[in-house]
Parts: sequence; C-alpha cells; structure tokens
Amino acid sequence: MRVARGELWAGRALLLVLMTITILPFISIFTTALHPSGTVPNGLDWPVNPQWGNFVQAFKVADMPTLLLSSTYIVLAVVPISLIISTMAGFAIGLLRVPGASALLFLFVFGLTLPFPGIIIPIYILERGMHIYNTRLAIVLPLIALYMPFAVFWMRAHFVNMPTEISDAARVDGASTWDLFWRIHVPLARAPITSLGILMSVWTWNQFLLPLVVVEDPSQRTMAGALGAFQGHYATDIPLLCAGTLLLLVPTLVVFILFQRQIIAALLQGAVKG
Amino acid sequence: MSENRPAALSISQRTYLSKRVRWETIGGWLFVLPALLMYTVFVILPLILTILYSFYRWNGIGPMTWVGLKNYATVFEVPDLLGTIFNAFWLVVWFSFIPVGLGLVVASVIHRVATGRLGAIARTVLFLPQVIPLVAAGIIWGWLLALPGLINQILNAVGLGAFTRAWLGDFDFALPAVGLIGIWVLLGFCTVLLLTGMTKVDPALYESARIDGAGWLQEFLAITVPLLRYEIGVCLTVTVIAALAAFDIVYVSTAGGPGNSTSVPGIQIYVLAFTQRAVGLASALAVMLMVLVVLVIIPIQWLSREGIS
Repeated sequence: MRVARGELWAGRALLLVLMTITILPFISIFTTALHPSGTVPNGLDWPVNPQWGNFVQAFKVADMPTLLLSSTYIVLAVVPISLIISTMAGFAIGLLRVPGASALLFLFVFGLTLPFPGIIIPIYILERGMHIYNTRLAIVLPLIALYMPFAVFWMRAHFVNMPTEISDAARVDGASTWDLFWRIHVPLARAPITSLGILMSVWTWNQFLLPLVVVEDPSQRTMAGALGAFQGHYATDIPLLCAGTLLLLVPTLVVFILFQRQIIAALLQGAVKG
Repeated sequence: MSENRPAALSISQRTYLSKRVRWETIGGWLFVLPALLMYTVFVILPLILTILYSFYRWNGIGPMTWVGLKNYATVFEVPDLLGTIFNAFWLVVWFSFIPVGLGLVVASVIHRVATGRLGAIARTVLFLPQVIPLVAAGIIWGWLLALPGLINQILNAVGLGAFTRAWLGDFDFALPAVGLIGIWVLLGFCTVLLLTGMTKVDPALYESARIDGAGWLQEFLAITVPLLRYEIGVCLTVTVIAALAAFDIVYVSTAGGPGNSTSVPGIQIYVLAFTQRAVGLASALAVMLMVLVVLVIIPIQWLSREGIS
C-alpha cells in the first residue's frame, strides 16, 4: 500500500502517544507503590529509597494466597458447569431444533439486554431465603445463570452451522442423543467451548457487584470483590493501596500476556456474536 | 431428516420411529432444562420480582405495603433520583461516543500505516485495560486524578498549573473525570474490534481509492465508516450498556459523589436498597433502567443490521 511518508510518521506517532497513555497509569502506581508507606508522593516520582517491602506487606495484609484460592474455587465451580449446561442447551436449540427452539432462543437472548444492577435486589433477597447468603455458592449460582444468555447464544451459533449429515450418519449407526452430543459434537465444538471458557473465566475473576452484595467476607469473594474491600481499608495509605492493587493484578496480567491472542479473539468474537 | 430414510418401512418400524421421535423431543428438552432452570431461578424470577417490588413500599424484611405507581412518581419528582438517569446519558457520551469515534480514527490509522509489528504491539497494549477488573481501573485512576496525582503533575509540568484540582472531588469535573476512566478502559476494545472489521474489507477498495488520490479523510468517510456499520453497531451496543449500567468504576472512584454529581442508576439502586433499605423505590429505578437500556439498544441494533442479514 502506498502511503505518504509524512502520514506514516504522524500515524506512528499517534499510536505511540496512545500506547503511552495506556501504560502510564500502571507505571504511576508502580512508582507510587515504592514510596514509604503512609506518605503521599507525586504521581511519577521515583523514590529515593525504593520500598520493595511494600509489596511484601501488601501481600500479607491482603492475604493474597487466600484470595487467589477463593477466586480460583469460584472460577472452577462456575466455568465448567456453565460450559456443560450451555453447550447442552445450544446443542438442543441449534442442532436438535427441539419444538419451541426459537422461543427458547429468544428467551435467552432477551437476557443479554438486562443490566445487572436491575436484578441484584431480588437475587440478594432470594439468597437470604435459600440460606446461601455469605457463602461462595451465593456468587457461583447467579453467575452461572447470568452467563446463560450469552453462552447459550454462543454455542447455538456454533451448532446451528453444523451439517446435519454428521448426526444422521451417527443416528443410522444407532447412536443415542447423548452419544451424539458427547462423543461426536462436543469434540467438534472444542474451539468455541475454549473461547467461551476463557471469556467466562475473565468475567468471573473481574466480577464486583455480586460479591459486594452477597458476600461480606472478602476472603470468600472474587479477586475484584476483594480488591474493592482492600481499597475500603487502605484508601488513606496510597503506597500500600498501589502495591496491593498491582499484586492483585499480577494473575490477570500474567494470564493476559500468556494467552493474549486467544483472549483478544474471544472477547472480540463475543462482542460481535452478542 | 425423515425424507432421507428408505421409503419402504414396515408398520412396526414406523411406530418404532415415531415413538423414537417423541422420545427425542423429550430428550432434547432435557438438554435445555439445566440451563433453563438456572436462568429462570436467578435471572427471570429476579426480573419479575424487581417489577413486583417496585409497586410496594418495603424495607426488605418487614411487611410490604402496596403503593401502586407511587415509587415511579417519586423517581420523577426527586431531582437526585431522576438526575442519575441524566448522568447515565452523560456517561454515554464518554463511555460510548468518544471511544467509538476515536476508536474508528485509531483503527484506520493502524490499518493504513502500521500493519506490521507496531500494529500488533499496539493492538495488545491498547487492549490491556479491557482485561483488568474495572475495580482496578477505578482505583488506579482514583489515584491519578487525585490532587498529588499524575494528571495534575503533568498539568504543572506543561505550565497549566492553574487548572490543577482534585478532579474526582470537583462538582463540575467529577463526571467527565469518571468518563475519562471509561475512555481509557473502552478505547482499546473499540479500536481492536473496528480494526478486525477493517481487515475484512476488500483491500482492492482501498487500493483503488488511493490510486484515485484519496486522502485519509476521504477514504475514512467514503469506505471505512459505511462498510463498518455492523462493527460500529456492536461497539455502540456494548459501550452504551456499559455506560447505562455502570457501577464498578463509579463506586470505586467517587461512590456517586461529590453530592450526587456522578451518581448513576446502578449506584443509586445499590444505595437505596442496601443502605437506605428502600427496596421498593430502588426496584422502581431498576425497572426504569432496564426499560431504558432496551429502548436505547433496539434502534442501534435496527440501524446497524439493516440491509445486512
């Protein structure tokens, strides 16, 4: 492609400026985190005596191992269950085309427009009644349900494009519906299932409002929920708050750097299909 | 499916098949059942209950008193409640219009000048804020926008020291400051999504435009924007919902303050229901929020999908 030289450099300069704006906030909280605990430094000053110990202290006061475990438990409960039940529903709606499939699809898709703050009050009241308030189950169950509109829609989009010949051939061989699903179509759907799994893991890890409302104990929450509580306790100690925030971000950043291609692809496809 | 079967079937085979078809139907429904059950209990039922609660005065524990549409009237009468809806629309400008508009420009720049390594790195870096929890974005920017924070330090450095202030504590600037956080989070997402759309456009179109001597602006207006209507629609849908249903960023950075200058429906619902125990009133606001989102999303979807499928 032929592009004028001046335009080329102007464009590259714009990109570099935008990348700097994106990164600078992270650098600022990093330098701030190295200042002595309890002081109020300037935004981008490198400290005279870098206090690396702040990270150790934040690790202890935030109780990182407990938080990591708690978030991991929640992800491990939410994501596999959501994947299985949404794949089953997507299979029935998209491939088996059960009677009423289009009405079912509409019912699920309707959920995509619901803003979560709109339904949080009854969820809280229901969970009090079910005696699961203040347990991890109170986070896990609604999250699975909240993902269903997107997840079913996503899996249906895969199954609806699968050629029926595959199913017919298996049927002639006497396969039951379950065999058809588990032995033939689930292995073929590995790519969309993986993307969906990545998406739901990120969403679960970052979920804030639900843990805030239904779980009082930060050590039973997701990472984002725990971060909110950490901010509540250490809002006045800026260096410690910055150190803690960075620490709580480390798992996300590591996963993003390792799987950036898949995560970006999944989030984009997710938006376009939704 | 049945037309492909051999034509000559014995009677017993026929009844066997029709029975089997009926079992398949029931079996198929069983496949939907777990998802449907979860969705019904934790989404549909809460939706119905929210609507129901909105007609009552209730503190969440004691007896419920039927008040008809009074809660809705209260939302319209109390400026602090109705104001949350205006604030939400203001946030749409910051969370949606600016990231989508700017994202279009940036994506077309990447597409035109930086298709190589720089473009790939820019994609990843700009996408980063989309992956971190919104809570973290709120905490980070809460510090950047504070009086000793980075923003004021930069203003001082470039000689604009007169403009420094505690941005999130300022009645006039808190909402735009929250909006700025939204731009930071959503710009990369919009850029990368729109860029993906652009790479799908036939390169011959751009080639011929350039042979005709089209500059960046003409190319942008004549090819990029019209052909990316669907992707623009997707970006608008996602970001408008993010703005109208905003909670995390606002709660962490300002908690709705100072006064109610950054209070949005999500925050107000939370405060009304869980600190003031006005469950009915909070539910009325919640119903209005949900109706609002649907009313805003439908025209966007309609416009962006028109003529495509």
